[in-house]
Amino acid sequence: MKGLRILIAALALGLSAPALAVQPDEILDDAALESRARDISAGLRCLVCRNESIDESNAELARDMRLLVRERLVEGDSNTEVVAFIVERYGEYVLLRPTTEGANIILWVAAPVLFVIALLSSGLYLRQRANAPEPLKGGLSRDEEARLKELLKD
Amino acid sequence: MIVELGHFALILAFAVALAQAAIPLVGAHKGWRDWMVLANPLATLQFMLVALSYAALTYAFLVSDFSVKLVVDNSHTLKPLIYKISGVWGNHEGSMLLWVLTLALFGACAAWFGGNLPATLQARVLAVQSAITAAFMAFTIFTSNPFTRLAVPPFDGTDLNPLLQDPGLAFHPPFLYLGYVGLSMAFSFAVAALIEGRVDAAWGRWVRPWTLAAWVFLTIGIATGSWWAYYELGWGGFWFWDPVENASLMPWLFAAALLHSAIVVEKRETLKSWTILLAILGFGFSLMGTFIVRSGLLTSVHAFAMDPERGVFILMILAAFMGGALTLFAFRAPVLEAKGVFATVSRESALVVNNVLLAVSSFVIFIGTMWPLVAEMLFDRVLSVGPPFFNTAFTPFMVALAMVLPIGAMMPWKRGNIAKVMQPLWGIAAFSVAMGAVTWALQTGNSPLVPVGLALGLWVFLGSVVDIWTRTGRGTIGHRFKRLGRLPRADWGKATAHIGLGMTVFAVAALVGWESEDIRVVQIGESFEKGGYTLTLTSVDRVQGPNYVSTMGTIEAHRDGRLITTLHPEKRFYPIAGMPTTEAAIDYKIHRDLYLTLGDPQDNGGWAVRTYIKPFANWLWFGCFLMALGGIFSLSDRRYRVAAGAAKTPRGTGTVPAE
Repeated sequence: MKGLRILIAALALGLSAPALAVQPDEILDDAALESRARDISAGLRCLVCRNESIDESNAELARDMRLLVRERLVEGDSNTEVVAFIVERYGEYVLLRPTTEGANIILWVAAPVLFVIALLSSGLYLRQRANAPEPLKGGLSRDEEARLKELLKD
Repeated sequence: MIVELGHFALILAFAVALAQAAIPLVGAHKGWRDWMVLANPLATLQFMLVALSYAALTYAFLVSDFSVKLVVDNSHTLKPLIYKISGVWGNHEGSMLLWVLTLALFGACAAWFGGNLPATLQARVLAVQSAITAAFMAFTIFTSNPFTRLAVPPFDGTDLNPLLQDPGLAFHPPFLYLGYVGLSMAFSFAVAALIEGRVDAAWGRWVRPWTLAAWVFLTIGIATGSWWAYYELGWGGFWFWDPVENASLMPWLFAAALLHSAIVVEKRETLKSWTILLAILGFGFSLMGTFIVRSGLLTSVHAFAMDPERGVFILMILAAFMGGALTLFAFRAPVLEAKGVFATVSRESALVVNNVLLAVSSFVIFIGTMWPLVAEMLFDRVLSVGPPFFNTAFTPFMVALAMVLPIGAMMPWKRGNIAKVMQPLWGIAAFSVAMGAVTWALQTGNSPLVPVGLALGLWVFLGSVVDIWTRTGRGTIGHRFKRLGRLPRADWGKATAHIGLGMTVFAVAALVGWESEDIRVVQIGESFEKGGYTLTLTSVDRVQGPNYVSTMGTIEAHRDGRLITTLHPEKRFYPIAGMPTTEAAIDYKIHRDLYLTLGDPQDNGGWAVRTYIKPFANWLWFGCFLMALGGIFSLSDRRYRVAAGAAKTPRGTGTVPAE
């Protein structure tokens, strides 16, 4: 009995099951346009999802945005024009690849700068190690060497 | 009653942990032996109490005790047994208890197997470890109590999130926790050494097994998580640069750096302060990961406890331990005198390069993950940092790492000669580049991704083979093969892990670069072609599962008129949780995966079907598995077993022997 009830509930709710991300009916006939649409979609964030692009998302809104992207492409927009159109409507938040404008430049150069600093400072360290005096015999530190001498005096 | 016992045991364990954090520390400072050795029985007692508490909670899940709020929220009588057990950690409160259990387990292991440590160092390690455990116990007891009862128990529970009802995901969190928490051990050793003011070769040898173990667990945890995403989320993505994934990758990279730099401390007594810093930061990033997952600060697919109050508590733990350790480091690091002298071209230098690359790549992930927050707070810009950024900014460091790896791995200690090291490597370097070029010429499209990935993967793979073969010295092939079996396990571990990395590098490139996809509407009985296969949708049926109903497609794959396989992609619906899931059907083969998902029924009677051909997908996880296996080989090396064996000599304490 229980199973039957579950089945009925499922059938009733079945309509809300997730769709595939890109639906067969969304695909454009022109393969070149379609592949451009996919490229653009992969770089746009689904606004109602957690960290998914509209290309991967099952949400209704993502579908609307995918259709919008395709609509603009069919109208003859270039890729940058399509992205600019979407950003104008939904804000910078939709861009999965942050721009290099303004403060974002910090984000982009932080790692290369740190890398150069790390290379330079480790280079200095390595040179210093190469020119350091050989440690004392027996692998004891200077303090230990001194203490050993003291002990041996007795 | 049993639930209350569990709660009580946890509170008792908290008291024990506080005692263990204080008494041995004082003992070590004053030189009171009896105060120091008290840490050992306390660590064992603490572990037993937490284990009892955890067992009580598991019992509540097993018998479906719906007077416990956590069981109501995350279980159901119809749920299969394995998910009743995994349901204990499939939620915030229970997973915190597992986290505490793991902390206590590591502490107890340091008590059981640390018999060969100097008494003061062991006492301090156990005290620091126990301080961490106590902090998380307080967090669990005061903000996330898993034992909360309901005054009016419902008849049945609301079920575990169906996405979590999966064998791959059942074991993903415990491994990750073992990894995260394992790094706490390296942290405790680092802090204890700073208090002692002494870091020597022996310290490097003691800290390395813990780091290795943590890294192995993290590797397995991340790989199972990635594999789960691959088959469960319905389109075969394996890495999303999600904040929570990043939170696990950062400590993984740090652990990888740490286990390499600890070798330098062990063999050459240099890079001491750097290694200490890595140990502190490695655990710092673990804590950061916990904070990210549980504060809801960064929204992600994983965040299951969005509660600012809890976030603040973890932030306080993070600030206290990182602030304390780093302050200590600032005062004590100058005391750590480097001993080894080495030339600029040497194994030491190569490992420094390894550390720079791993640490900076980890920093890339860190800044990318935190940037949306920084931009919103400081510049009032709401923006996203997604996969395109990480792919661009992270990949160059991995490429550089793969390029230098075989050369660095064969570089001799102290003083090396590039020409001499390259001598056995020129052949495979040329071969790898040639294979990359051939791939470039043969493939359709002009993306350099797969050719470069193949060349690098081959270079690392073959370089590791040459490395271990060179270790057998000179003589006839037969002699060298015999010697191969007698090489230290650490050598085998190194080669295996590096080979695994090479395979993973290649697999990622091949999977991303060569994947192909097909989306279409298929009528029942209709066939279509994809990647040389003829696929026929024979039927779509309703199937009743234990706690779900499924819409199951049956698709036959033929090649040259021969039936290759029959696949059943599903759409499941979990009525109790009210949640649908997609279950992809995958035919795993060595050179490709055939990946099918079933979509919605269409108006004209057909079904939406997605087909992917995913080249070399298995190699990715097999590569990860080899990396973890390499770590295990290394962990079983004689020099660590000898160290563990020394613990058998009793020291007049009540500890359990090391068997």
